[in-house]
Amino acid sequence: MSGTARPGLAGRTGTLTSTGIVLAVLAGAVVVGTILTGIEGRNFFSTGNLRDILTATSVLGFIAIGQTLVVLGGSLDLSVPFVASLTGVVAGGVMAGESGRVVPGVLVGIALAALIGLVNGLVVSILKVHGFIATLGMGLVISGYIASTYQGNHGSAPRSFRTIGISFLGPVPVSTLIMLGCALLAIVLLRRTRLGHHLYAVGGNPEVARLSGVRTAVPVIAAHVLCSVLAGFAGLLLLARLSVGNPTIGSQGQYDLMSIAAVVLGGTVLAGGKGNVTGTLAGVAIFAVMDNVMAVMETDPFLRNVVRGVVIVAAVAVYSRRSIGRRPARFERPGVLDAALQEAK
Amino acid sequence: MSAPVSTPTATRAAALPRHAHGLAGRAAASIGTPGGAVFVLVLALLVATVVANPNFGDPGVLIRFLGRTAPIAIAAIGQYYVIVSGEFDLSMAAVIAAQVVVAGNYIGDDTGRNVIGLVLMLALGAFIGLLNGLATTLLQVPSFIVTLAMMLALTGLVRYLSGGAADAPPNDDFREIGRGTVESVPVVDVIPYPLIVLAVLSALAVWLMRRPFGRTLLAVGDNPAAARVSGARVWWVKTRAFILSSLAATVAGILLVGYAGVHPTVGDGYEFSAITAVVLGGVVLGGGRGWVLSAVAGAFAIELLFTLLTVLDVDATWRDTVRGLIIIAAVAFAARAWTVGRRTGTRRTAPTTPATPLTTDLSGPPTEPTPGTNTGGN
Repeated sequence: MSGTARPGLAGRTGTLTSTGIVLAVLAGAVVVGTILTGIEGRNFFSTGNLRDILTATSVLGFIAIGQTLVVLGGSLDLSVPFVASLTGVVAGGVMAGESGRVVPGVLVGIALAALIGLVNGLVVSILKVHGFIATLGMGLVISGYIASTYQGNHGSAPRSFRTIGISFLGPVPVSTLIMLGCALLAIVLLRRTRLGHHLYAVGGNPEVARLSGVRTAVPVIAAHVLCSVLAGFAGLLLLARLSVGNPTIGSQGQYDLMSIAAVVLGGTVLAGGKGNVTGTLAGVAIFAVMDNVMAVMETDPFLRNVVRGVVIVAAVAVYSRRSIGRRPARFERPGVLDAALQEAK
Repeated sequence: MSAPVSTPTATRAAALPRHAHGLAGRAAASIGTPGGAVFVLVLALLVATVVANPNFGDPGVLIRFLGRTAPIAIAAIGQYYVIVSGEFDLSMAAVIAAQVVVAGNYIGDDTGRNVIGLVLMLALGAFIGLLNGLATTLLQVPSFIVTLAMMLALTGLVRYLSGGAADAPPNDDFREIGRGTVESVPVVDVIPYPLIVLAVLSALAVWLMRRPFGRTLLAVGDNPAAARVSGARVWWVKTRAFILSSLAATVAGILLVGYAGVHPTVGDGYEFSAITAVVLGGVVLGGGRGWVLSAVAGAFAIELLFTLLTVLDVDATWRDTVRGLIIIAAVAFAARAWTVGRRTGTRRTAPTTPATPLTTDLSGPPTEPTPGTNTGGN
């Protein structure tokens, strides 16, 4: 079961995977971006511009990596923007501008995020509530708590913590490097660990996974916890950038829907069981390049959403048709097997 | 799936459990299913609200409440078609906003444009639904993404064209559709037009779901591959569901113009409210199961909950929290009720027939609750 779902397998046999197509779309976006930026008389590959693009990937990147895990497990997480906001205000409150309290602040924020993820996972897997509803409800619960407890910006990040948001290693922001580190861990988790393989199995077909002896609840709960923790990282990063905890920062960014769009843009199947983190990163990068080019061209901010919408559908349509074309091959082997069984009879 | 195939003739003789009792018996049995339980929930919330605020029990007040709830209930009917076919429609709020802005800008003060405007709005709604449906079915893009993109594009376009600012509302004749009433009715005093629209659309929805289209829609939502090999034109059935959904959003928008002004934020959150209403009504996300009137009842349950929270003086900021908890609890209960309902259903028929194809086909292994997280998906 994990054989067909495991990323890269089809790539090794020579066919173009959806991840390959996403990377090609990303390359296309970069080429078009370079041309359009050049027409505006600017250099797409200037250090400043690359920094802008990479910085733009980090927050959505964290959330989208987590969202990938949850979607692979056959669930959804619509509570991520509220988790990010909550982590920001709570961690900011604990830090209260003192360098010595950065570590407790981070720990409290992440622990809270993990707890929310645990509840999400338990509600989805034990109470059997669809992930859409469970996390939509959880988002409402958290947003109610935030609105009741924090009337405005809360807490403050000390200078030592703020440096995470503004330091660079060459053209690459440190925050993006941390995000890529998390992505690497997620890739290892999915490819090399039992938990990762079980996640694919449960997402692909929970009934078959259960009959195969997989504890179906464990990978789903783990995915939800990791997703919330990564959303917590995003919240901490936003806290470091703004230096105060903003209670509405998550919902302003529409991170719930945009992260799901990035995941699907990256070739992960929304119903679960198929996809990978590399594609998601490419999806996030496509968004970042697109936004950057539109910012350089000074497109009307409302029209940017129109372009985003069209690009999302067009890109997903390209490889959806592709995977449809590939699908019959999967049914050939059982067909041969059936014929053999007939002969045996 | 495997066991019942061996005994098809035995089960033909016995009446199917769904039809074994009279109408009252079946209604009583359906209370145990989420689609029936939502009516109990509505009743309980209604009683609680009336106890907390006796004024609410006054027929005149109650009928006005029903009128106010009509737009969201109509949106829920539209969302029902899409969800029961196994898809999502997240573009509803954006369609409502677009229609409201069209009403404000095209119709405006000119009463002569009312009818043309209405036709234009319905045509626009149908066109948006057609785009959603074709992108989902022919381009094979998941509907979650299609309608999300439609939401982004439409919201962006509406705000670009309107500048994001409020416009003057259309003429009072047009707004009368949303806020007008039939006067001097006995007992209830008035009947709001939106409630009449809702009643008509509900009746049409029930009729439609009993037509071949409705049956095919359920079949497509339950198992698209099986429906395709049975000869259903899956793409066209699903596309029609999307068109109906956008049309319902259009009607909700027309009614909302009567209450609210013309602003691009009218209808914000309607897509999630409608999906929540449909799910509260026991319709299964992933498709194939649920009754349209239960979705309408789900919409009333949500609005009653809002009213109850207002009546009980719950802090406005905490209302979201309470709402979230109740939604999760209600759906968790629904998930239980499906499994419990199934078990009793099989047990009741056990003496005469070892397994009944109808119930087991719908439910999978009868004695095991379905593990895992998603109830299907697309």
